[in-house]
Amino acid sequence: MSNVSLDAHDSSETENQPTNSNRRRFLTVATSVVGGVGVVGAAVPFIASWNPSIKAKAAGADIEADISKIEPGQLIRVIWRSKPVWIARRTPELLASLLTHDDQLKDPNSDEEQQPEFAKNSYRSLKEEYLVLVGICTHLGCSPQHLKDGAFAEYVEGVEEGFFCPCHGSKFDMAGRVFENVPAGLNLVVPPYMFIDDNTILIGSEEGAA
Amino acid sequence: MDWVEYRLPIMRVANMHAIQYPAPRNMNFWYMFGFLATIVLVNQIVTGVWLTMSFTPTAEEAFASVEYIMRDVEYGYILRYMHSTGASAFFIVVYLHMFRGMIYGSYQKPRELLWLFGMFIYLALMAEAFMGYVLPWGQMSYWGAQVIVSLFSAIPVIGPDLVIWIQGDYVISGATLNRFFALHVIALPLVIVILVFLHIVALHEVGSNNPDGTDVKRKKGSLKDSEKTNFKIHEYYTDKYDIVDDIVPFFPHIVLKDLVGFAFFLLAFCYIMFFNPEMGGYFLEHPNFEIANPLKTPEHIFPVWYFTPFYAILKAVPHKLGGVIAMFAAIIFLALLPWLDRGKVKSWRYRCGLHRWNLMIFAAVFIFLGYLGGTPQEAWKITASQILTIMYFGFFVLLFIYSKNERTKPVPARITE
Repeated sequence: MSNVSLDAHDSSETENQPTNSNRRRFLTVATSVVGGVGVVGAAVPFIASWNPSIKAKAAGADIEADISKIEPGQLIRVIWRSKPVWIARRTPELLASLLTHDDQLKDPNSDEEQQPEFAKNSYRSLKEEYLVLVGICTHLGCSPQHLKDGAFAEYVEGVEEGFFCPCHGSKFDMAGRVFENVPAGLNLVVPPYMFIDDNTILIGSEEGAA
Repeated sequence: MDWVEYRLPIMRVANMHAIQYPAPRNMNFWYMFGFLATIVLVNQIVTGVWLTMSFTPTAEEAFASVEYIMRDVEYGYILRYMHSTGASAFFIVVYLHMFRGMIYGSYQKPRELLWLFGMFIYLALMAEAFMGYVLPWGQMSYWGAQVIVSLFSAIPVIGPDLVIWIQGDYVISGATLNRFFALHVIALPLVIVILVFLHIVALHEVGSNNPDGTDVKRKKGSLKDSEKTNFKIHEYYTDKYDIVDDIVPFFPHIVLKDLVGFAFFLLAFCYIMFFNPEMGGYFLEHPNFEIANPLKTPEHIFPVWYFTPFYAILKAVPHKLGGVIAMFAAIIFLALLPWLDRGKVKSWRYRCGLHRWNLMIFAAVFIFLGYLGGTPQEAWKITASQILTIMYFGFFVLLFIYSKNERTKPVPARITE
């Protein structure tokens, strides 16, 4: 039965071929293209609805931090995406000391991707003077303490200032780099940030990125 | 009855696919796992529907609603343990089902598409299981999701945006939980059921393989009447082929055999469900009894046992994208078996000794990788999982090489036992 209808179909096609096959092909292609555009258009709401909602975007929005009042040696805390973010202004002496204890660190060159590309340097910062870190220990998520004026030397001999996690004793230097022989395996996270001007830091976006 | 049959071909389908479906008479216990997988699928769907009645898919409520099911809903704990034990049972029977296909060459021509549908079911099942594990919103739900979703960030260029798109937020959050719930209870079960349907249709079209790998269907007109089966076989098969006297009808013969296996399966299933539902932390991991806390990473993050072989492969490669590629390649290579195996003989009974060793070692490697991926990291384990990863892929490479000019034994013309 199917053979009969197939033959009839074939013969009608051969009869009409000289005039009709190009037009038929054109109509098939044109219909497919228009239909395809329709499918793509209809897919947009389904795909776009998976993006963060306006509510989620608002909760995760970039924040601005005023750094004009931070004295050298001081550290301030701001909240970004429900996490503490530290902004510290480092003195030149401190910056110099950061280069002296590489051999005591797990990842002195920041090879692990715990920071944006711009912060992959010895100071782990955009401007040497300012350190911006997510203040959450990479071990189990406690917030380490900032110890300075020699208080940190109690934990790491010869290093005057750093971060010490009271939960399990992880230690980080003033660039957020983790010391050897502590439970934490990774350096502290540097969030994406940029300087809007000399007095304001925007946390959440980098220069160049949207 | 006729009234219905005239309008809906119930008996025709039942005859064609069960009562008069020719199944090789030497199908052994290895052939019960497909049946068991179907039973577990039904169990997952039924218990799953009941669980959704009391579950709340929000970051605030999910954990508490699971506790509510466990403590306050009548028999809620049974329903949940049936579902959670069923998830692990599903993978046990599916892995055995797949290994059966490997030792008896059931993926070879003409069953390539059947094997591929099976691999798609396996993939969908992994996605289904992963998303289901996120729903209780415990610590391992959250951090497991964190690890798995962040795998996508390894994709160059679009990776980080893709992760945000999947999460629906900048971190794993209630939005992620809610969409995983939708996929887990509606989208993926539908996909799995459709794929299982196609898997069975494709199986019945080419016919079941058997431990000898001997074809029970012969060219039409090639057999004497004395060689043909006396069982009533559906015309759909007898019109196209002569069926050798080596078959039994699927129902009741094979079904009854499978039911014996099912009884043993139920014994083990119920023992675990009633007495050991956590299975020492392998079926339900201990950190998952603590509510998800984005600020507190658990000491060790492991996926559930059925993912650990692939997790070990992921960790063995000291490069993020490379690890992700290796992990997916491990699954893709399995899917490509019909083309990597160039042998003509199906069953390992009649293939070379090297093939039998290769299969046994592959199974051992898979299990050992699972152990390495599911236990805390140690220095020797990284080396071990690197060696085992090479051995995993080595199975396919070796198979490709020796299967071309393999020294096989003659395959018997008729089923032997």
